[in-house]
Amino acid sequence: MGQLEIEKLSETKFVLQMGPHHPATHGVLKLYTEFEGERVLKIIPDVGYLHRGVEKLAEYKTYPLAMTLTDRLDYISSMTNNIGYCLAVERLMDIEPPPRAKYIRTMVAELTRLSSHLLWLATHALDIGAMTVFLYAFREREQILELFEKICGARLTVSYPRIGGVRVDIKEEILEEIYKFTEIMLNRIDEYEGLLTENRIWISRTKGIGVVSAEEALSLGLTGPALRGSGVYYDIRKLIPYDAYSEVDFEVPLGENGDTYDRYLCRIQEMRQSTLIIRQCIEKMPEGEIVAEQALDIDILHQGKRKISAGDSLWSGFIQFVEEKEALMPVGEIYSAIEAPKGELGFYIVSDGSGRPYRMRVRAPSFVHISAIPKLCEGHLLADVITIIGTLDIVMGEADR
Amino acid sequence: MIEQKEIRELIEVNEGTKIIKGSNVILTTLDRIVNWGRSNSLWPLTFGLACCAIEMMAAGASHHDLDRFGILFRASPRQADVIIIAGTVTYKMAPIVKRVYDQMPEPKYVVAMGSCACTGGIFNTYSTVQGADQFLPVDVYIPGCPPRPEALMYGLLKLKEKITKEQGRWGSWK
Repeated sequence: MGQLEIEKLSETKFVLQMGPHHPATHGVLKLYTEFEGERVLKIIPDVGYLHRGVEKLAEYKTYPLAMTLTDRLDYISSMTNNIGYCLAVERLMDIEPPPRAKYIRTMVAELTRLSSHLLWLATHALDIGAMTVFLYAFREREQILELFEKICGARLTVSYPRIGGVRVDIKEEILEEIYKFTEIMLNRIDEYEGLLTENRIWISRTKGIGVVSAEEALSLGLTGPALRGSGVYYDIRKLIPYDAYSEVDFEVPLGENGDTYDRYLCRIQEMRQSTLIIRQCIEKMPEGEIVAEQALDIDILHQGKRKISAGDSLWSGFIQFVEEKEALMPVGEIYSAIEAPKGELGFYIVSDGSGRPYRMRVRAPSFVHISAIPKLCEGHLLADVITIIGTLDIVMGEADR
Repeated sequence: MIEQKEIRELIEVNEGTKIIKGSNVILTTLDRIVNWGRSNSLWPLTFGLACCAIEMMAAGASHHDLDRFGILFRASPRQADVIIIAGTVTYKMAPIVKRVYDQMPEPKYVVAMGSCACTGGIFNTYSTVQGADQFLPVDVYIPGCPPRPEALMYGLLKLKEKITKEQGRWGSWK
Protein backbone atom coordinates (compact mmCIF):
# COMPACT_ATOMS: atom_id res chain seq x y z
CA MET A 1 0.00 0.00 0.00
CA GLY A 2 1.24 3.47 -0.76
CA GLN A 3 4.93 3.56 -1.25
CA LEU A 4 7.19 1.03 -2.89
CA GLU A 5 7.38 -2.04 -0.76
CA ILE A 6 9.78 -4.83 -1.53
CA GLU A 7 8.99 -8.31 -0.37
CA LYS A 8 11.44 -11.13 -1.00
CA LEU A 9 9.91 -14.42 -2.13
CA SER A 10 13.15 -16.34 -2.61
CA GLU A 11 16.82 -15.63 -3.31
CA THR A 12 16.10 -14.12 -6.73
CA LYS A 13 12.36 -13.44 -6.71
CA PHE A 14 10.78 -10.45 -5.07
CA VAL A 15 7.54 -8.53 -5.07
CA LEU A 16 7.25 -4.83 -5.75
CA GLN A 17 4.08 -2.88 -5.09
CA MET A 18 4.15 -0.05 -7.59
CA GLY A 19 1.76 2.77 -6.93
CA PRO A 20 -0.81 4.11 -6.31
CA HIS A 21 1.46 7.00 -5.50
CA HIS A 22 4.09 6.75 -8.18
CA PRO A 23 4.91 9.60 -10.55
CA ALA A 24 4.98 7.32 -13.61
CA THR A 25 1.74 5.42 -13.16
CA HIS A 26 -0.30 8.26 -14.67
CA GLY A 27 -2.62 8.71 -11.78
CA VAL A 28 -3.52 6.26 -9.10
CA LEU A 29 -2.86 2.92 -10.74
CA LYS A 30 -1.37 0.22 -8.57
CA LEU A 31 0.61 -2.66 -9.97
CA TYR A 32 1.46 -5.75 -7.98
CA THR A 33 4.62 -6.95 -9.69
CA GLU A 34 6.70 -10.05 -9.17
CA PHE A 35 10.26 -9.97 -10.45
CA GLU A 36 12.97 -12.51 -11.05
CA GLY A 37 16.02 -10.33 -10.80
CA GLU A 38 14.93 -7.43 -12.93
CA ARG A 39 12.64 -9.42 -15.25
CA VAL A 40 8.90 -9.26 -14.83
CA LEU A 41 7.32 -12.56 -13.83
CA LYS A 42 3.82 -11.45 -13.03
CA ILE A 43 1.86 -8.21 -12.98
CA ILE A 44 -1.56 -7.72 -11.43
CA PRO A 45 -3.06 -4.25 -11.92
CA ASP A 46 -5.20 -2.97 -9.08
CA VAL A 47 -7.72 -0.35 -10.11
CA GLY A 48 -10.44 1.52 -8.26
CA TYR A 49 -8.44 4.15 -6.41
CA LEU A 50 -10.35 6.85 -8.28
CA HIS A 51 -13.76 5.19 -8.29
CA ARG A 52 -16.06 8.15 -7.86
CA GLY A 53 -19.35 6.50 -8.71
CA VAL A 54 -19.90 8.47 -11.91
CA GLU A 55 -22.22 5.89 -13.45
CA LYS A 56 -24.45 5.79 -10.39
CA LEU A 57 -24.37 9.56 -10.08
CA ALA A 58 -25.52 9.90 -13.70
CA GLU A 59 -28.74 8.08 -12.81
CA TYR A 60 -29.62 10.93 -10.49
CA LYS A 61 -28.94 13.67 -13.01
CA THR A 62 -30.99 14.63 -16.03
CA TYR A 63 -29.60 14.03 -19.50
CA PRO A 64 -28.19 17.56 -19.95
CA LEU A 65 -26.77 17.59 -16.43
CA ALA A 66 -25.10 14.20 -16.68
CA MET A 67 -22.84 15.67 -19.34
CA THR A 68 -20.84 17.55 -16.72
CA LEU A 69 -19.85 14.18 -15.28
CA THR A 70 -18.44 12.99 -18.60
CA ASP A 71 -15.94 15.88 -18.49
CA ARG A 72 -14.33 14.30 -15.47
CA LEU A 73 -14.04 10.83 -16.95
CA ASP A 74 -11.10 11.34 -19.26
CA TYR A 75 -10.10 14.75 -18.04
CA ILE A 76 -7.35 15.13 -20.61
CA SER A 77 -9.81 15.08 -23.51
CA SER A 78 -13.09 16.26 -22.03
CA MET A 79 -14.40 17.58 -25.34
CA THR A 80 -14.52 14.14 -26.96
CA ASN A 81 -16.18 12.68 -23.88
CA ASN A 82 -18.90 15.30 -24.10
CA ILE A 83 -19.34 14.62 -27.79
CA GLY A 84 -19.53 10.87 -27.18
CA TYR A 85 -22.23 11.32 -24.58
CA CYS A 86 -24.18 13.87 -26.63
CA LEU A 87 -24.02 11.60 -29.65
CA ALA A 88 -25.42 8.69 -27.64
CA VAL A 89 -28.35 10.77 -26.37
CA GLU A 90 -28.90 12.27 -29.82
CA ARG A 91 -29.06 8.84 -31.38
CA LEU A 92 -31.46 7.74 -28.65
CA MET A 93 -33.71 10.75 -29.21
CA ASP A 94 -33.19 10.80 -32.96
CA ILE A 95 -31.92 14.38 -33.08
CA GLU A 96 -29.73 15.61 -35.91
CA PRO A 97 -27.47 18.55 -35.05
CA PRO A 98 -27.26 21.36 -37.63
CA PRO A 99 -24.27 21.27 -40.01
CA ARG A 100 -22.42 24.17 -38.39
CA ALA A 101 -22.59 22.45 -35.01
CA LYS A 102 -21.25 19.28 -36.60
CA TYR A 103 -18.27 21.05 -38.05
CA ILE A 104 -17.55 22.92 -34.81
CA ARG A 105 -17.70 19.65 -32.90
CA THR A 106 -15.35 17.93 -35.31
CA MET A 107 -12.93 20.81 -35.01
CA VAL A 108 -12.91 20.93 -31.22
CA ALA A 109 -12.69 17.13 -31.05
CA GLU A 110 -9.54 17.24 -33.13
CA LEU A 111 -8.13 20.07 -31.03
CA THR A 112 -8.74 17.84 -28.03
CA ARG A 113 -7.02 14.96 -29.77
CA LEU A 114 -4.02 17.21 -30.25
CA SER A 115 -3.97 18.27 -26.62
CA SER A 116 -4.42 14.70 -25.41
CA HIS A 117 -1.64 13.37 -27.62
CA LEU A 118 0.57 16.26 -26.50
CA LEU A 119 0.05 15.30 -22.88
CA TRP A 120 0.69 11.68 -23.75
CA LEU A 121 3.92 12.64 -25.54
CA ALA A 122 5.00 14.88 -22.67
CA THR A 123 4.48 12.32 -19.92
CA HIS A 124 5.63 9.33 -21.96
CA ALA A 125 8.89 11.07 -22.85
CA LEU A 126 9.31 12.33 -19.29
CA ASP A 127 8.91 8.81 -17.92
CA ILE A 128 11.56 7.53 -20.30
CA GLY A 129 13.86 10.40 -19.41
CA ALA A 130 13.43 13.11 -22.04
CA MET A 131 12.60 16.20 -20.02
CA THR A 132 12.80 18.66 -22.91
CA VAL A 133 9.86 17.15 -24.77
CA PHE A 134 7.71 17.65 -21.69
CA LEU A 135 8.38 21.38 -21.67
CA TYR A 136 7.96 21.68 -25.44
CA ALA A 137 4.68 19.78 -25.51
CA PHE A 138 3.17 21.71 -22.62
CA ARG A 139 3.92 24.96 -24.42
CA GLU A 140 1.60 24.00 -27.29
CA ARG A 141 -0.94 22.38 -24.99
CA GLU A 142 -1.26 25.66 -23.16
CA GLN A 143 -2.06 27.36 -26.47
CA ILE A 144 -4.81 24.84 -27.17
CA LEU A 145 -6.27 25.32 -23.70
CA GLU A 146 -6.26 29.06 -24.29
CA LEU A 147 -8.17 28.50 -27.52
CA PHE A 148 -10.71 26.42 -25.59
CA GLU A 149 -11.03 29.25 -23.14
CA LYS A 150 -11.77 31.65 -25.97
CA ILE A 151 -14.31 29.25 -27.45
CA CYS A 152 -16.25 28.37 -24.31
CA GLY A 153 -14.70 29.93 -21.23
CA ALA A 154 -13.25 26.80 -19.67
CA ARG A 155 -9.84 25.26 -19.99
CA LEU A 156 -10.13 21.66 -19.00
CA THR A 157 -13.64 20.63 -18.07
CA VAL A 158 -15.39 22.33 -20.95
CA SER A 159 -18.97 20.96 -21.27
CA TYR A 160 -19.07 22.79 -24.58
CA PRO A 161 -21.16 20.48 -26.76
CA ARG A 162 -24.87 20.24 -26.07
CA ILE A 163 -27.35 17.52 -26.86
CA GLY A 164 -28.28 18.56 -30.38
CA GLY A 165 -25.48 21.00 -31.07
CA VAL A 166 -23.00 23.16 -29.24
CA ARG A 167 -23.43 25.77 -26.55
CA VAL A 168 -22.09 28.96 -28.13
CA ASP A 169 -21.07 29.93 -31.60
CA ILE A 170 -17.44 30.49 -32.49
CA LYS A 171 -16.46 33.92 -33.72
CA GLU A 172 -14.66 34.38 -37.02
CA GLU A 173 -11.55 35.84 -35.32
CA ILE A 174 -11.16 32.77 -33.13
CA LEU A 175 -11.45 30.52 -36.18
CA GLU A 176 -8.66 32.51 -37.82
CA GLU A 177 -6.59 32.18 -34.68
CA ILE A 178 -7.10 28.43 -34.65
CA TYR A 179 -6.09 28.31 -38.32
CA LYS A 180 -2.89 30.17 -37.51
CA PHE A 181 -2.25 27.79 -34.65
CA THR A 182 -2.45 24.77 -36.96
CA GLU A 183 0.37 26.25 -39.03
CA ILE A 184 2.52 26.60 -35.91
CA MET A 185 1.50 23.15 -34.75
CA LEU A 186 2.73 21.40 -37.91
CA ASN A 187 6.18 22.89 -37.39
CA ARG A 188 6.14 21.95 -33.73
CA ILE A 189 5.35 18.32 -34.51
CA ASP A 190 8.48 18.28 -36.69
CA GLU A 191 10.33 19.67 -33.70
CA TYR A 192 9.19 16.83 -31.44
CA GLU A 193 10.10 14.33 -34.10
CA GLY A 194 13.53 15.93 -34.38
CA LEU A 195 13.99 15.36 -30.67
CA LEU A 196 12.80 11.78 -30.54
CA THR A 197 12.27 9.85 -33.77
CA GLU A 198 15.93 9.26 -34.56
CA ASN A 199 17.18 9.63 -31.02
CA ARG A 200 19.30 6.56 -30.22
CA ILE A 201 18.21 6.40 -26.59
CA TRP A 202 14.56 6.76 -27.54
CA ILE A 203 14.85 4.00 -30.13
CA SER A 204 16.59 1.61 -27.77
CA ARG A 205 14.00 2.29 -25.07
CA THR A 206 10.97 1.87 -27.32
CA LYS A 207 11.78 -0.48 -30.21
CA GLY A 208 10.75 -4.05 -29.48
CA ILE A 209 9.17 -3.07 -26.16
CA GLY A 210 5.61 -4.14 -25.46
CA VAL A 211 5.15 -5.92 -28.76
CA VAL A 212 1.59 -7.00 -29.43
CA SER A 213 0.54 -8.69 -32.66
CA ALA A 214 -2.62 -7.73 -34.51
CA GLU A 215 -4.54 -10.83 -33.37
CA GLU A 216 -3.46 -10.42 -29.77
CA ALA A 217 -4.33 -6.73 -29.80
CA LEU A 218 -7.80 -7.54 -31.09
CA SER A 219 -8.38 -10.27 -28.54
CA LEU A 220 -7.18 -7.99 -25.74
CA GLY A 221 -9.73 -5.41 -26.87
CA LEU A 222 -7.22 -2.67 -27.54
CA THR A 223 -8.56 0.25 -29.54
CA GLY A 224 -7.31 3.55 -30.84
CA PRO A 225 -3.61 4.12 -31.55
CA ALA A 226 -2.70 1.13 -29.38
CA LEU A 227 -4.49 -1.13 -31.88
CA ARG A 228 -3.50 0.80 -34.99
CA GLY A 229 0.13 0.54 -33.96
CA SER A 230 -0.22 -3.18 -34.61
CA GLY A 231 -1.49 -2.51 -38.12
CA VAL A 232 -5.23 -3.06 -37.63
CA TYR A 233 -7.39 -0.63 -39.56
CA TYR A 234 -9.97 0.29 -36.96
CA ASP A 235 -11.02 3.89 -36.62
CA ILE A 236 -14.61 4.74 -35.78
CA ARG A 237 -14.20 8.10 -37.49
CA LYS A 238 -13.88 6.17 -40.77
CA LEU A 239 -15.97 3.07 -40.12
CA ILE A 240 -19.04 4.62 -38.50
CA PRO A 241 -18.59 8.33 -39.29
CA TYR A 242 -20.24 10.73 -36.90
CA ASP A 243 -20.43 14.54 -36.92
CA ALA A 244 -18.59 15.90 -39.97
CA TYR A 245 -15.96 13.18 -40.30
CA SER A 246 -17.58 11.82 -43.44
CA GLU A 247 -17.07 15.18 -45.11
CA VAL A 248 -13.42 15.75 -44.28
CA ASP A 249 -10.50 13.99 -45.88
CA PHE A 250 -7.93 12.32 -43.64
CA GLU A 251 -5.80 9.25 -43.39
CA VAL A 252 -5.58 6.66 -40.65
CA PRO A 253 -1.92 6.08 -39.83
CA LEU A 254 -1.02 2.45 -39.17
CA GLY A 255 1.99 0.82 -37.56
CA GLU A 256 3.65 -2.46 -38.52
CA ASN A 257 5.41 -4.10 -35.61
CA GLY A 258 3.02 -3.24 -32.81
CA ASP A 259 5.77 -2.08 -30.48
CA THR A 260 6.05 1.11 -28.47
CA TYR A 261 7.97 2.88 -31.21
CA ASP A 262 5.28 2.18 -33.82
CA ARG A 263 2.57 3.39 -31.50
CA TYR A 264 4.60 6.54 -30.97
CA LEU A 265 4.90 7.10 -34.73
CA CYS A 266 1.19 6.40 -35.11
CA ARG A 267 0.22 9.04 -32.60
CA ILE A 268 2.61 11.58 -34.09
CA GLN A 269 1.10 10.98 -37.52
CA GLU A 270 -2.35 11.25 -36.01
CA MET A 271 -1.47 14.66 -34.65
CA ARG A 272 -0.55 15.76 -38.18
CA GLN A 273 -3.84 14.40 -39.52
CA SER A 274 -5.70 16.21 -36.73
CA THR A 275 -4.23 19.56 -37.71
CA LEU A 276 -5.27 18.88 -41.30
CA ILE A 277 -8.82 18.02 -40.20
CA ILE A 278 -9.01 21.23 -38.19
CA ARG A 279 -7.95 23.21 -41.25
CA GLN A 280 -10.54 21.54 -43.46
CA CYS A 281 -13.24 22.16 -40.87
CA ILE A 282 -12.43 25.87 -40.74
CA GLU A 283 -12.32 26.10 -44.52
CA LYS A 284 -15.63 24.30 -44.99
CA MET A 285 -17.40 25.73 -41.93
CA PRO A 286 -21.01 26.46 -42.99
CA GLU A 287 -23.15 29.27 -41.59
CA GLY A 288 -26.34 28.69 -39.68
CA GLU A 289 -27.81 27.43 -36.47
CA ILE A 290 -25.73 25.76 -33.79
CA VAL A 291 -28.42 23.90 -31.84
CA ALA A 292 -31.11 21.64 -33.27
CA GLU A 293 -34.78 22.53 -32.84
CA GLN A 294 -35.70 19.43 -30.84
CA ALA A 295 -32.75 19.73 -28.47
CA LEU A 296 -33.37 19.06 -24.80
CA ASP A 297 -33.95 21.98 -22.50
CA ILE A 298 -31.80 22.21 -19.44
CA ASP A 299 -34.90 22.77 -17.28
CA ILE A 300 -35.93 19.21 -17.99
CA LEU A 301 -34.77 18.89 -14.38
CA HIS A 302 -38.21 19.70 -13.05
CA GLN A 303 -39.99 17.28 -15.32
CA GLY A 304 -37.75 14.26 -15.21
CA LYS A 305 -38.31 13.11 -11.64
CA ARG A 306 -38.64 9.43 -11.11
CA LYS A 307 -40.72 8.06 -8.25
CA ILE A 308 -41.06 4.66 -6.75
CA SER A 309 -44.77 4.13 -6.29
CA ALA A 310 -46.16 3.19 -2.90
CA GLY A 311 -47.59 -0.13 -3.98
CA ASP A 312 -44.28 -1.63 -4.94
CA SER A 313 -41.27 -2.24 -2.82
CA LEU A 314 -37.84 -0.90 -3.71
CA TRP A 315 -36.42 -4.15 -4.96
CA SER A 316 -38.98 -4.55 -7.69
CA GLY A 317 -37.60 -1.37 -9.17
CA PHE A 318 -40.97 -0.40 -10.57
CA ILE A 319 -40.85 3.19 -11.51
CA GLN A 320 -43.57 5.64 -12.27
CA PHE A 321 -43.53 9.26 -13.18
CA VAL A 322 -44.42 12.11 -10.94
CA GLU A 323 -47.86 13.41 -11.97
CA GLU A 324 -48.10 10.57 -14.49
CA LYS A 325 -46.63 12.64 -17.28
CA GLU A 326 -46.10 11.15 -20.64
CA ALA A 327 -42.64 9.88 -21.45
CA LEU A 328 -40.08 12.62 -22.01
CA MET A 329 -37.64 10.40 -23.81
CA PRO A 330 -38.02 7.45 -26.13
CA VAL A 331 -37.86 4.24 -24.14
CA GLY A 332 -35.03 1.95 -25.13
CA GLU A 333 -31.35 1.41 -24.96
CA ILE A 334 -28.44 2.42 -27.11
CA TYR A 335 -24.73 1.84 -27.43
CA SER A 336 -22.91 4.53 -29.27
CA ALA A 337 -19.15 4.80 -29.66
CA ILE A 338 -16.78 7.48 -30.87
CA GLU A 339 -13.08 7.57 -31.53
CA ALA A 340 -11.65 9.28 -28.46
CA PRO A 341 -7.91 10.06 -28.48
CA LYS A 342 -7.29 6.94 -26.39
CA GLY A 343 -9.52 4.55 -28.26
CA GLU A 344 -13.12 3.54 -28.57
CA LEU A 345 -15.18 5.46 -26.05
CA GLY A 346 -18.65 4.00 -25.82
CA PHE A 347 -21.73 5.10 -23.95
CA TYR A 348 -24.45 2.58 -23.23
CA ILE A 349 -27.59 4.31 -22.11
CA VAL A 350 -30.82 2.69 -20.96
CA SER A 351 -33.78 5.00 -21.02
CA ASP A 352 -37.00 4.32 -19.14
CA GLY A 353 -38.74 7.34 -20.58
CA SER A 354 -37.99 9.72 -17.73
CA GLY A 355 -35.66 12.68 -18.02
CA ARG A 356 -32.82 10.78 -16.39
CA PRO A 357 -30.80 7.88 -17.73
CA TYR A 358 -31.90 4.63 -16.09
CA ARG A 359 -28.39 3.31 -16.54
CA MET A 360 -25.32 4.84 -18.07
CA ARG A 361 -22.41 2.54 -18.73
CA VAL A 362 -19.15 3.86 -20.07
CA ARG A 363 -16.92 1.68 -22.18
CA ALA A 364 -13.63 3.36 -21.31
CA PRO A 365 -10.59 2.54 -23.46
CA SER A 366 -8.21 3.07 -20.53
CA PHE A 367 -9.87 0.34 -18.48
CA VAL A 368 -9.47 -2.15 -21.30
CA HIS A 369 -5.89 -1.03 -21.89
CA ILE A 370 -4.97 -1.59 -18.25
CA SER A 371 -6.05 -5.21 -18.63
CA ALA A 372 -3.45 -5.52 -21.40
CA ILE A 373 -0.53 -4.43 -19.19
CA PRO A 374 0.29 -7.96 -17.88
CA LYS A 375 0.36 -9.34 -21.42
CA LEU A 376 2.53 -6.55 -22.80
CA CYS A 377 4.98 -6.64 -19.90
CA GLU A 378 5.76 -10.34 -20.25
CA GLY A 379 9.51 -10.90 -19.98
CA HIS A 380 10.40 -7.23 -19.89
CA LEU A 381 12.56 -5.30 -17.46
CA LEU A 382 11.33 -3.13 -14.62
CA ALA A 383 12.10 0.07 -16.53
CA ASP A 384 10.06 -1.15 -19.50
CA VAL A 385 6.94 -1.43 -17.35
CA ILE A 386 6.97 2.37 -17.16
CA THR A 387 7.34 2.58 -20.93
CA ILE A 388 4.40 0.24 -21.45
CA ILE A 389 2.15 2.15 -19.07
CA GLY A 390 3.05 5.29 -20.99
CA THR A 391 2.47 3.85 -24.44
CA LEU A 392 -1.00 2.58 -23.58
CA ASP A 393 -2.02 6.12 -22.63
CA ILE A 394 -3.96 5.43 -19.47
CA VAL A 395 -6.16 7.85 -17.58
CA MET A 396 -7.44 6.59 -14.29
CA GLY A 397 -10.47 8.87 -14.10
CA GLU A 398 -11.88 7.02 -17.06
CA ALA A 399 -10.79 3.55 -15.99
CA ASP A 400 -12.14 3.73 -12.46
CA ARG A 401 -15.04 6.06 -13.24
CA MET B 1 35.63 57.94 17.15
CA ILE B 2 33.28 59.39 14.57
CA GLU B 3 33.62 56.31 12.33
CA GLN B 4 32.73 53.92 15.16
CA LYS B 5 29.57 55.86 15.93
CA GLU B 6 28.45 55.54 12.32
CA ILE B 7 28.96 51.80 12.34
CA ARG B 8 26.85 51.27 15.45
CA GLU B 9 23.84 52.93 13.84
CA LEU B 10 21.12 50.44 13.10
CA ILE B 11 19.05 50.86 9.97
CA GLU B 12 15.67 49.21 9.78
CA VAL B 13 15.37 47.76 6.26
CA ASN B 14 12.24 45.74 6.88
CA GLU B 15 9.81 45.47 9.73
CA GLY B 16 11.76 43.82 12.52
CA THR B 17 14.97 43.45 10.46
CA LYS B 18 17.86 45.79 11.06
CA ILE B 19 21.30 46.03 9.50
CA ILE B 20 24.50 47.75 10.58
CA LYS B 21 25.69 49.90 7.75
CA GLY B 22 29.06 49.01 6.32
CA SER B 23 29.26 45.60 7.94
CA ASN B 24 27.87 42.15 7.20
CA VAL B 25 25.52 42.14 10.17
CA ILE B 26 21.77 41.65 10.09
CA LEU B 27 19.75 41.74 13.28
CA THR B 28 16.46 39.88 13.27
CA THR B 29 14.57 37.13 15.03
CA LEU B 30 15.26 33.47 14.38
CA ASP B 31 11.61 33.00 13.41
CA ARG B 32 12.00 35.49 10.65
CA ILE B 33 15.16 33.91 9.27
CA VAL B 34 13.71 30.39 9.34
CA ASN B 35 10.41 31.47 7.83
CA TRP B 36 12.21 33.41 5.13
CA GLY B 37 14.15 30.36 4.08
CA ARG B 38 11.24 28.00 4.41
CA SER B 39 8.74 30.10 2.50
CA ASN B 40 11.08 30.58 -0.44
CA SER B 41 11.70 26.92 -1.09
CA LEU B 42 8.37 25.15 -0.95
CA TRP B 43 8.83 21.70 -2.40
CA PRO B 44 5.51 20.06 -3.21
CA LEU B 45 5.10 16.36 -3.73
CA THR B 46 4.42 15.07 -7.25
CA PHE B 47 1.12 13.56 -6.29
CA GLY B 48 -1.76 13.74 -8.72
CA LEU B 49 -5.10 12.17 -8.00
CA ALA B 50 -7.42 13.32 -10.77
CA CYS B 51 -8.22 16.20 -13.11
CA CYS B 52 -6.55 18.86 -10.97
CA ALA B 53 -3.23 17.06 -11.38
CA ILE B 54 -3.26 18.05 -15.05
CA GLU B 55 -3.58 21.70 -14.11
CA MET B 56 -0.89 21.17 -11.48
CA MET B 57 1.37 19.81 -14.20
CA ALA B 58 0.49 22.76 -16.41
CA ALA B 59 1.41 25.09 -13.55
CA GLY B 60 4.76 23.38 -13.19
CA ALA B 61 5.49 23.25 -16.94
CA SER B 62 6.87 25.79 -19.35
CA HIS B 63 4.12 28.40 -19.62
CA HIS B 64 3.34 29.03 -15.95
CA ASP B 65 6.60 27.75 -14.48
CA LEU B 66 6.36 27.34 -10.71
CA ASP B 67 10.15 27.09 -10.47
CA ARG B 68 10.45 30.85 -10.40
CA PHE B 69 8.84 30.86 -6.94
CA GLY B 70 11.31 28.28 -5.72
CA ILE B 71 8.62 25.62 -5.97
CA LEU B 72 10.10 22.40 -7.32
CA PHE B 73 8.15 19.16 -7.52
CA ARG B 74 9.73 16.25 -5.69
CA ALA B 75 8.81 12.64 -6.29
CA SER B 76 9.47 11.39 -2.76
CA PRO B 77 7.47 12.43 0.30
CA ARG B 78 10.72 12.37 2.30
CA GLN B 79 11.93 15.42 0.38
CA ALA B 80 8.68 17.33 0.25
CA ASP B 81 7.29 20.17 2.36
CA VAL B 82 3.87 20.55 0.80
CA ILE B 83 1.35 17.98 -0.34
CA ILE B 84 -1.09 19.29 -2.93
CA ILE B 85 -4.24 17.18 -2.82
CA ALA B 86 -4.97 17.55 -6.52
CA GLY B 87 -8.19 15.72 -7.20
CA THR B 88 -10.91 13.54 -5.78
CA VAL B 89 -10.01 11.53 -2.71
CA THR B 90 -11.90 8.26 -2.58
CA TYR B 91 -12.31 6.01 0.42
CA LYS B 92 -9.91 3.57 -1.15
CA MET B 93 -7.30 6.26 -1.72
CA ALA B 94 -7.67 8.17 1.58
CA PRO B 95 -5.50 5.81 3.71
CA ILE B 96 -2.73 6.09 1.13
CA VAL B 97 -2.91 9.88 1.05
CA LYS B 98 -2.73 9.83 4.84
CA ARG B 99 0.24 7.51 4.76
CA VAL B 100 2.10 9.65 2.23
CA TYR B 101 1.38 12.66 4.43
CA ASP B 102 2.72 10.83 7.47
CA GLN B 103 5.94 10.03 5.61
CA MET B 104 6.69 13.70 5.01
CA PRO B 105 9.08 15.34 7.47
CA GLU B 106 7.97 18.25 9.64
CA PRO B 107 7.15 21.04 8.99
CA LYS B 108 4.57 20.03 6.41
CA TYR B 109 1.69 21.79 4.79
CA VAL B 110 -1.41 20.67 2.93
CA VAL B 111 -3.02 22.45 0.01
CA ALA B 112 -6.48 21.25 -1.03
CA MET B 113 -6.68 21.94 -4.76
CA GLY B 114 -10.06 21.88 -6.44
CA SER B 115 -13.64 21.44 -5.33
CA CYS B 116 -13.25 17.71 -4.75
CA ALA B 117 -10.39 18.12 -2.31
CA CYS B 118 -12.15 21.06 -0.62
CA THR B 119 -15.66 19.67 -0.21
CA GLY B 120 -16.15 16.62 -2.38
CA GLY B 121 -17.39 18.75 -5.25
CA ILE B 122 -19.96 17.27 -7.56
CA PHE B 123 -19.11 13.75 -6.45
CA ASN B 124 -21.44 13.38 -3.52
CA THR B 125 -21.41 9.61 -3.76
CA TYR B 126 -20.84 6.47 -1.74
CA SER B 127 -17.16 6.24 -2.64
CA THR B 128 -15.89 9.79 -2.31
CA VAL B 129 -14.45 11.49 0.76
CA GLN B 130 -16.25 14.80 1.18
CA GLY B 131 -13.19 16.97 1.45
CA ALA B 132 -9.56 16.31 2.30
CA ASP B 133 -9.97 18.20 5.58
CA GLN B 134 -11.78 15.18 6.99
CA PHE B 135 -8.47 13.45 7.56
CA LEU B 136 -5.71 16.02 6.92
CA PRO B 137 -5.02 19.48 8.41
CA VAL B 138 -5.55 21.63 5.31
CA ASP B 139 -3.74 24.98 5.22
CA VAL B 140 -4.99 26.46 1.94
CA TYR B 141 -8.18 25.71 0.02
CA ILE B 142 -8.22 26.46 -3.70
CA PRO B 143 -11.72 26.27 -5.17
CA GLY B 144 -12.44 25.57 -8.83
CA CYS B 145 -13.16 22.57 -10.98
CA PRO B 146 -10.30 22.47 -11.78
CA PRO B 147 -8.65 25.70 -10.59
CA ARG B 148 -6.56 27.51 -13.16
CA PRO B 149 -2.77 27.32 -12.79
CA GLU B 150 -2.90 30.97 -11.74
CA ALA B 151 -5.25 30.02 -8.91
CA LEU B 152 -2.81 27.33 -7.79
CA MET B 153 -0.01 29.89 -7.85
CA TYR B 154 -2.11 32.28 -5.79
CA GLY B 155 -2.86 29.53 -3.32
CA LEU B 156 0.81 28.65 -2.96
CA LEU B 157 1.69 32.32 -2.47
CA LYS B 158 -0.97 32.50 0.24
CA LEU B 159 0.69 29.51 1.88
CA LYS B 160 3.99 31.36 1.64
CA GLU B 161 2.37 34.32 3.37
CA LYS B 162 1.11 32.02 6.08
CA ILE B 163 4.56 30.54 6.63
CA THR B 164 6.16 33.96 7.05
CA LYS B 165 3.82 34.62 9.96
CA GLU B 166 4.61 31.43 11.85
CA GLN B 167 6.27 31.62 15.25
CA GLY B 168 8.45 29.10 17.02
CA ARG B 169 8.05 26.34 14.47
CA TRP B 170 11.78 25.76 14.05
CA GLY B 171 12.93 23.76 17.01
CA SER B 172 12.10 20.35 18.39
CA TRP B 173 11.24 21.91 21.76
CA LYS B 174 8.68 24.39 20.36
